[in-house]
Amino acid sequence: MYASLMRSSGDLLADFDDLQRRVAQLFDAPRWPASIRAVSRGAFPPVNVGATPEAIEVYAFAPGIDPTKVDVSVDRGLLTIAGERKADIPAPGSKASVYARERFTGPFRRVINLPEDSDPTAVSATYRDGVLRVVVPKREASKPRRIDIK
Amino acid sequence: MQATHRIVDPATAPGEGPSAEPAIVPAIDVIEDESGITLLADVPGVAKEDLGIRVEADTLTLEAPIRLGEPPQTRAAHAEVRVGRYQRSFTLSRELDPARIEAALSDGVLRLRIPKLEEARPRRIEVRAA
Repeated sequence: MYASLMRSSGDLLADFDDLQRRVAQLFDAPRWPASIRAVSRGAFPPVNVGATPEAIEVYAFAPGIDPTKVDVSVDRGLLTIAGERKADIPAPGSKASVYARERFTGPFRRVINLPEDSDPTAVSATYRDGVLRVVVPKREASKPRRIDIK
Repeated sequence: MQATHRIVDPATAPGEGPSAEPAIVPAIDVIEDESGITLLADVPGVAKEDLGIRVEADTLTLEAPIRLGEPPQTRAAHAEVRVGRYQRSFTLSRELDPARIEAALSDGVLRLRIPKLEEARPRRIEVRAA
C-alpha cells in the first residue's frame, strides 16, 4: 500500500500496471503442479523462447548488464543464465533524493528447460540493446528433412 | 443501467498524444539532485533510431517499439514479454527545463537528464549590511 504513495501522480499507465501486478499476484500461485523451475511473473530478466527448424532461440530482456560477467551455461538439458545487475543510484547521504526505484538490482538466475533435440555443444550468445540472445541449435539428425521417393 | 466510467489520461486527447495500443510500462528509477532530475528507464530491445521522446506542454512521453531481430520462421514457445512496444508518460513540474533534456541509450537503458531552470536552482542570498 505504501508503494503507491510514492508514485508520481498523473502517471496513469504505471498505476494500471501496478494494479494489474497486484491482481496477477492473487491468481499467480498455480493450483495445479507447475514445472518445479517455473518462476512467477516479474522475474528478472523476462525471457521469451522461440523455435525455428534449426534452433531454439532464447531472448532474455536484461538491460544494463555487463555481458562479459554474465554466466551462460548448458548442463543436462538445462540452460542457465546468471549474473548480477549493479545499482546505479547515488549512495545514501549524498544530496540526491530518489523518487522511484522500480528497476531490478542484484543477482539474478533464470533456468530454461531445453528440448531433447538440442545440441549443447554449439550454443552461441550475443548481447545487443539490452537483450541477451542465446541460440541453441538442434541436433543434425532431428532437423526436418525431405525423403525422396525413388 | 450503470454508466460506463472512462478514465481519460490528460495526455491522450483524441487525435494527439500517446497511442492507445497496448504497451509495456518500462521500469524506471528517478533521482533528483540540485541541478535537475535523472531518469533511468529499462527498455531492452530498443535501438537508438527507434526511440521516441516527446514533450508536449508539461508532459514527457517515452515511446519505442521492440525489435528483436528474430529469424522469420520463429515459432513462440514461451513468451513473458508479449507486447511489442514500450510507453510511459510523466508530468514535468514547472521548475524543470524541457528544452534542455539530454538523452542517452546504452544496452537497453535509457538515461534522461532533465535540468532545472536556471532561476529555479537553489541559491544563496547574500545579506548586505544596510
